[in-house]
Amino acid sequence: MARIELDLAHAYKPNPKADEDYALLPLKMTFDDGGAYALLGPSGCGKTTLLNIVSGLVTPSQGSVTFGGTNVTGRTPQQRNIAQVFQFPVIYDTMTVAENLAFPLRNRGVGAEKIKQRVGRIAEMLEMSGQLNQRAAGLAADAKQKISLGRGLVREDVSAVLFDEPLTVIDPHLKWQLRRKLKQIHHELKLTLIYVTHDQVEALTFADQVVVMTRGRAVQIGSASELFERPRHTFVGHFIGSPGMNFLPVSPATSGVRVAGHMLALPSASRWVGGEAPLALGVRPEYVTLAMPGAPEALPVQVTQAQDIGMYWLVTGSVGSGADKRVVRARVSPQQAIPRVGDTAWFGVVGPHTCFYRGDELIEEAAP
Amino acid sequence: MKPVNQKAWLLVLPVVLCVAFSAILPLMTVVNYSVQDIISPERRVFVGTEWFKSVMRDDDLLEALVRQIGFSLAVLVVEIPLGIALALSMPARGAKASAVLVIVAISLLIPWNVVGTIWQIYGRTDIGLFGAALARLGIDYSYTGNARDAWLTVLLMDVWHWTPLVALLCYAGLRAIPDAYYQAASIDGASKIAVFRYIQLPKLRGVLMIAVLLRFMDSFMIYTEPFVLTGGGPGNSTTFLSQYLTQKAVGQFDLGPAAAFSLIYFLIILLLCFILYNWMQRVGTTDKAEVQT
Repeated sequence: MARIELDLAHAYKPNPKADEDYALLPLKMTFDDGGAYALLGPSGCGKTTLLNIVSGLVTPSQGSVTFGGTNVTGRTPQQRNIAQVFQFPVIYDTMTVAENLAFPLRNRGVGAEKIKQRVGRIAEMLEMSGQLNQRAAGLAADAKQKISLGRGLVREDVSAVLFDEPLTVIDPHLKWQLRRKLKQIHHELKLTLIYVTHDQVEALTFADQVVVMTRGRAVQIGSASELFERPRHTFVGHFIGSPGMNFLPVSPATSGVRVAGHMLALPSASRWVGGEAPLALGVRPEYVTLAMPGAPEALPVQVTQAQDIGMYWLVTGSVGSGADKRVVRARVSPQQAIPRVGDTAWFGVVGPHTCFYRGDELIEEAAP
Repeated sequence: MKPVNQKAWLLVLPVVLCVAFSAILPLMTVVNYSVQDIISPERRVFVGTEWFKSVMRDDDLLEALVRQIGFSLAVLVVEIPLGIALALSMPARGAKASAVLVIVAISLLIPWNVVGTIWQIYGRTDIGLFGAALARLGIDYSYTGNARDAWLTVLLMDVWHWTPLVALLCYAGLRAIPDAYYQAASIDGASKIAVFRYIQLPKLRGVLMIAVLLRFMDSFMIYTEPFVLTGGGPGNSTTFLSQYLTQKAVGQFDLGPAAAFSLIYFLIILLLCFILYNWMQRVGTTDKAEVQT
């Protein structure tokens, strides 16, 4: 076990020049020993590449990977002592479940008694004790994936266990179970776990720290609440949350900001006047309030849709007209008066949870 | 009561007709010959199982059968492992892979009688590269004079001609294995031998089954190449079943025994394929739990 430090960039093509040539743009990252991490991002954002670099299946084209201070950049997965679980179950067809679980240990010359004990323990954790003598090829996809997980966890001394979207092939109700299992196993075994997924619920429930990635860049590393409350990049705001954060382009003035032709009171706005990159206001639908007409922090919104989502209503409206027209969503508690479609409602968008962005990056001191 | 719809018969009729004209009717004419003694086009006598009995007692034929089984087994024993080895050593992708594929496939494109002719010349001790080289090394080699040399030459020719087929099938099978298996094996610390034993070989089961059946059937019916190369000689050392059958049917015009033997030949191939197929279906897949108890 060791602390994993990355300081690297990777391009699959030789001689990368533009940013698009890189699968991973230069990044620095640390995974602490025993932590549970998730790499979250849409398909093609580089998260699998990053994972394969940590495991040693891919060698970064620039920079280095260190485990506990030792440079392991050129080493194979075997030498790094990494375990990895893939998106689709990989099982050895001709072996039984027990032999599959024992395979990583047998290859390393672990004694028979020790193997039996470890396999028994892992099988128990995965609730597969009854199937140990069955042939693995005949099992259902989720059982096969459990075997893959088991093979990843069976070694005690691994530097880290990496998961590459391991629950893709699993039925939704089993997904919950397995995710809980993984969490529980993390507590029991105290291994470093790195989990790749494009599912925010999976990432946020599994990991202590989530790395949000897009287009080869790690845009934010943080806990679930940090990602939710203070997205450092507009992508994080969009990607995390359901629906994502509302973003409204604003132009600063001396006493506030102008949104789609309407003035919002904001005394601190004056210091942004004259900035180069476009400025945007970000507010989560959860923090949009229903305000009194004409309130200084609110926008007049033409309601276009009001949906009952069970625990709350999702009210969608638009502000401004023509090219300036912007959509704003709000989560409204059913205890409040739900605005009807066609009404004009006043949405309070400036509050303690409102963030401001310049050119997609959070303006750190912006809390009003 | 379950509803019965007799119209379904109409729907399978086209298949029945196709199979009837392509397989059953031609086979029936053979059955027809096998139970009659045709003395002249006007005179024919029903002889029942007479021809079958006489064929089964024919020592020459039994010898040919034993020779044939030995040859087919030798073909499988040599070509299957060699084909797998060849496929494993072929490059996986890129321009090199295409070039190697073309080179490997060349022998498959040569007509059978040309293959026979090529080896006839190749094996000659006076002008053939292979024969002359052996003669130069002091090895007393003659595929026309020595029965063992002739048998080995026919085997070598078949290996040269058909191992590429096994290799190409295995190559396709190997390429179909997802990378994740190799990655997982590398992470599990598997050696090259373990990767072959636990990933590649099991994943090749399907194509190997086809390769074994194809090579078995084809080698069991081998005719043209030994006919051109050795003409079945010296003596009868390379007279395999097809050649024996042709001698009977065309050479001596014994249509009755030839037909009876054709049917037996067909049934032998069917039976052996059935046994091979079932054995391969089962091998390596038995529940270990069952074996242990």
